[in-house]
Amino acid sequence: MSTLETAEHPEKLRRVAIDPVSRVEGHGKVTILLDDNNKVHQVRLHIVEFRGFEKFIQGRPYWEVPVMAPRLCGICPVSHHLAAAKAMDMIIGAERLTPTAEKIRRLMHYGQIMQSHALHFFHLCSPDLLFGFSSEVARRNIVGVAAEYPDIARQGVLLRKFGQEVIRITAGKRIHGTGAIPGGVNKALTREERDTLLADVYQMIAWSRDAVHLVRRLFEQNLEEYNAFGRFRAHQLSLVRADGAMDLYHGGLRARSMDGDILFDHFDYRHYWDVIFEDVKSWSYMKFPFLRSLGPERGWYRVGPLTRVANCDFIPTPFADKERCEFLAFDDGRAAGATLGFHWARMIEMLHAVECIKDLLHDDDILGDDLVTSGERAGRGVGVIEAPRGTLIHHYRVDENDLVIRANLIVSTTHNNQAMNEAVRQVAIQYLDGHEVTEALLNHIEVAIRAFDPCLSCATHALGKMPLEVELVDAEGSVVSRLAKSSDGSFSA
Amino acid sequence: MAEPRKKLKLATATLAGCFGCHMSFLDIDEHLFELVEWVEFDRSPFTDIKQVGACDIGLIEGGLCNAENVHVLRDFRKHCKILVAVGACAINGGLPAQRNPIPLRAILDEVYLTEPGLAHGGIPNDPELPLPLNKVHPIHEVVKVDYFLPGCPPSGEAIWKFLTDLLAGREPTLDHTLIHYD
Repeated sequence: MSTLETAEHPEKLRRVAIDPVSRVEGHGKVTILLDDNNKVHQVRLHIVEFRGFEKFIQGRPYWEVPVMAPRLCGICPVSHHLAAAKAMDMIIGAERLTPTAEKIRRLMHYGQIMQSHALHFFHLCSPDLLFGFSSEVARRNIVGVAAEYPDIARQGVLLRKFGQEVIRITAGKRIHGTGAIPGGVNKALTREERDTLLADVYQMIAWSRDAVHLVRRLFEQNLEEYNAFGRFRAHQLSLVRADGAMDLYHGGLRARSMDGDILFDHFDYRHYWDVIFEDVKSWSYMKFPFLRSLGPERGWYRVGPLTRVANCDFIPTPFADKERCEFLAFDDGRAAGATLGFHWARMIEMLHAVECIKDLLHDDDILGDDLVTSGERAGRGVGVIEAPRGTLIHHYRVDENDLVIRANLIVSTTHNNQAMNEAVRQVAIQYLDGHEVTEALLNHIEVAIRAFDPCLSCATHALGKMPLEVELVDAEGSVVSRLAKSSDGSFSA
Repeated sequence: MAEPRKKLKLATATLAGCFGCHMSFLDIDEHLFELVEWVEFDRSPFTDIKQVGACDIGLIEGGLCNAENVHVLRDFRKHCKILVAVGACAINGGLPAQRNPIPLRAILDEVYLTEPGLAHGGIPNDPELPLPLNKVHPIHEVVKVDYFLPGCPPSGEAIWKFLTDLLAGREPTLDHTLIHYD
């Protein structure tokens, strides 16, 4: 970790704040402490709100959770909807969904990936990349992009619209839909709905390829700056399919060290607490997760598109896989380790999502009527999904009266907490240190944050760690007491 | 819409909400390009303007969960001729207000202190963090609100109808289909 987390003598320093961080979702601010020579001594990204979802969901019936959880986040409601539904599948013993149910859920999820990635790139970030990080404030927004690059803005709006329509058709509403239920879905597609989407999907694939190539061109035009900007090394975590393929809906956990070595692979996410723990810092409501085997100082990691594209062995759709290979090879692999490489990887994933939508629309299972399944009732459910911003974990315990008694969420942005702080500290060193602070320089800090596509609203709502001791006391009390005594951060099982 | 004359200033903010109303705002899709012929954005999560200036219309998503929300809301009321409560959270507190029956301290304790899965427990207390309110409040309890646009979220169609009515100088009306939810 860099040394800029805490200044030795903050009382002697000047404070500069970016408040609120804009063109991101939710509430965050950055504080920077500088001395008289503008040397940077401390940089922190604070998450300033606090909700309490995991507490107030307790006492609610389990089938309400997939409807309530999406209200954590209006950008990725489908991700919370599906992660909660997957957890509740376990509660009602639905070990394997019907083909129709799984494919409708996947369709919904790929629609979510597509609209979220399009929104983030075109509506929120493209002004920085197209106009430059120091461009004038008044122009740095989607309206400015529409004025100067009308085709790019229009394609962005229509790509997002298509993703939202996939969600509306599978979930009932564009935002906070209700298509997934414990054990399956409540609706398949009609032929008319399928044909409506099929009419546009090939245009969406073409525009998604254009978007990947646009980011590539931006990298080529700004090679040195983009590769160096906010660069840091991090361990990585994502789900992968059994054969190592990218799978955004389901898989096992793969962690890779910053040197590229596999730390664990195909780990069953139903026991995620064996590999992930969380830390608290006084200056943020968002917790700091870490890999238990490495401890809180060394075990922090990065999730999301950049991680997923590099961490999987291949992408199982042809256009996206070709782009993945070119991205990983670009400039001897340096772009794949760059913070701004997030944008490139995100567009590759958007292309993958549209390709998956196209394949699913050609699969008659999505027109089926076998929608729900169930089995032996269980007391605990864990649902994990690769949300647009990274690995999303939902974990619930449900009692014999069908009421939720415990809940824990670790959302994508929380996994990236330390990584985002590292990136902004690197940018502070690279661009601010020793200079008079200007609005343009401060925007550089925000450019680094935006690369992660943080969803600070999600992170706000999620209060973090499930009280594992309660679970383990029920099952294996001795393990708990050992964990509770650990104060040095070494949580080896 | 007819040919625009003078652009009105529009500001938006999200307080204790999920950003879904802002997403629904973007669900006006291509109408966005029509809208910007009529309005100019001021402070909004979609721009980098951090302080709200004199505006004609202010859209507020979310209720009030901390001191900073109250400050931003009052600032918007002061600067906006027309202030609109958009969505369930601004109008009645919404999902975040479900914490209201539980003492705040009990939630903070459970999350940051009593969970042994934590490496270092402790309730975040840095002066940079705004003080949480004991309960989540709807915005009309603190400022005068001119219009309430219901829904979780209001659909893109409802938002577009509301804005086009307002911009054309008509009293906004939403027919049954735009306020029928399930």
